Amino acid sequence: MEITIAIAIGVMFGSGVWLILRPRSFQLLIGLLLMSFAVNLFIFIMGRLWVDKPPLTLAEGAPDPAAFADPLTQALVLTAIVIGFATTALYLVLMIGSRGVTGTDHVDGKEPDQ
Amino acid sequence: MSLSWTQHLILVPVLLPLLCGALLIVLNESRHQLKFCINLASVLTLLAVALALVRLTDSGHWPEGIGVYLAANWSAPFGIALVADRLATLMLVLTALLAACSLLYSMLRWSRIGVHFHSLFQFLLMGLNGAFLTHDLFNLFVFFEVMLAASYGLVLHGYNLNRIRAGMQFIAVNLIASLMFLIGIALIYGTAGTLNMADLAAQIAGLEAPDLALLKVGAGALAIAFLVKSAMWPLGFWLPTTYAAASPPVAAMFVLITKVGAYAILRLWLLVFSDEAGDAAGFGLNALFWGGMATIVFGAAGMLASDVHGKLAGYGAIISSGTLLAVIGYGHAALIAPGLFYLLSSTLAMAAFMLLIELVDRSRNPVQALLAVTMEAFQVEETPDELVGVSIPAGFAFLGVSFALCALIIAGLPPLSGFIAKFTLFHALLNPGGDAAVSTSGLILMVVVILSGLAAIIALMQFGVRTFWASGAVTVRLQVTEVIPIAVLLVLCMGITVQAGPVFGFVERTSADLHQPGRYIERVLNEPVVPGVLDKGN
Repeated sequence: MEITIAIAIGVMFGSGVWLILRPRSFQLLIGLLLMSFAVNLFIFIMGRLWVDKPPLTLAEGAPDPAAFADPLTQALVLTAIVIGFATTALYLVLMIGSRGVTGTDHVDGKEPDQ
Repeated sequence: MSLSWTQHLILVPVLLPLLCGALLIVLNESRHQLKFCINLASVLTLLAVALALVRLTDSGHWPEGIGVYLAANWSAPFGIALVADRLATLMLVLTALLAACSLLYSMLRWSRIGVHFHSLFQFLLMGLNGAFLTHDLFNLFVFFEVMLAASYGLVLHGYNLNRIRAGMQFIAVNLIASLMFLIGIALIYGTAGTLNMADLAAQIAGLEAPDLALLKVGAGALAIAFLVKSAMWPLGFWLPTTYAAASPPVAAMFVLITKVGAYAILRLWLLVFSDEAGDAAGFGLNALFWGGMATIVFGAAGMLASDVHGKLAGYGAIISSGTLLAVIGYGHAALIAPGLFYLLSSTLAMAAFMLLIELVDRSRNPVQALLAVTMEAFQVEETPDELVGVSIPAGFAFLGVSFALCALIIAGLPPLSGFIAKFTLFHALLNPGGDAAVSTSGLILMVVVILSGLAAIIALMQFGVRTFWASGAVTVRLQVTEVIPIAVLLVLCMGITVQAGPVFGFVERTSADLHQPGRYIERVLNEPVVPGVLDKGN
């Protein structure tokens, strides 16, 4: 399971890196999204991969930590998703604004000289 | 039993801008006088609180001069701790001072060329203050994002072509830096199992070798995120364009954002990778030192080459941040106090310079890049010609004198604070203490700093000669609200020159705090929680 998820994160991050090096702002945006997905997954698995272990308990008394998954990384990843989503949305707005003002979707705001 | 009011004071620099910024959103944009007054009241309160906190930390009110606030009453490694020590409170004071000056400067025109300037300004302050106070890595990330989100808005404030182009780069670079920040946090949590800085410092010596290697990778990723903010070469190419495009009050506040990166490095590295950290002691300091030197060289070359005034100031900020990084990277305890003094002096002078060059540009070319898309879109009525306010006589003389003072401080020439900073720095480099000889890297650092000062003075003189000695100088009408902030910043620089003794005593105590990480760890981890209502029933 570890190797599968590691490869998945690597492929996603690598694709993101390739995309952010492209000249069009939409490609850049998708690249940023892919990279942020990969990073979110990465944070998530830093609490280790578990099967059938809940992060929370409603039972009385002191629970046995071995029976539970690490809840902190799940909380961290939620926060990271929200923040990443908001800032990427902000970038999308700027991208549309830039397209409207400059008339091009090139990241420099102008077409390169042919 | 409850906390004393002084304890709650630690939270005010975060809460007040949050509430104030939220309040300002609902006020209509046409009531800009009211919005400005609320904003200014909040900034002045922040200044008072910051000064009170400096007094509390420095007067022995708190044990070891460290005030700890446990958020939601969770004890330290589990909950988030806010820590007010000398360094944090010093940065709070600096933030509030710069904010007050930038805000006053923006009153007549810059706050009105777009919408929600005042809210964004407050949120920026919240992010900055929070980043200085927090003692938890993930919380630091959150405050960085608050600060950055506000700064994205402020870069674009007064939406024109230049700002959009600069914003596209600025935001993309910082989004990627935030991802690096998250990777670093995840790796550190995955290996050390904690995100509290004090707890991390306590645990690092006991980590096994494979875990430690991963933790170092994490710390490296974290450092990249900080170094992008503080514009270390080769991560700082976004800075000159962004500073030149942003409106002047915003650019003045951005001078502080570059210092946040250096602050985070200073705080984290001296605490976590201190001499007590075993195998990890002094991790990455070498890279920081040489990177800082490359940054100084890059900034000096950029200053000589730039013909746009905003970029000149941007490269000046790069030199100052490079010097700071090289000083931290040198890894000698005696250098930190002069470094902090340099931080104070260069931040104040750079901010004054950012504000000043706009006035100079305006006097040379009255119809300038103020024209913003948002002015038409939101029917902002004021045009630059019908300004209200009192104009002061002898405007051109004022500009000339202020420029000369700024140039002296930035280049580090006597008699102002820039010279004292560099003098004490060289003194510490040449007297390593004990029998130790002066190191070669220390000598190289001195040469680089001196040459960067030379480059700065050449570039600034060129600028000054072209501007102030050019024929056909026009008479300038300056507004009082635009002159006061510059004058205040420069007077502060003179103040820390005249009162260099007490100020230097304070930064030395700050540096001594930073070099005793054991006291932090003890104070933060042993802060007692307040016995709650639930416990009383038992």
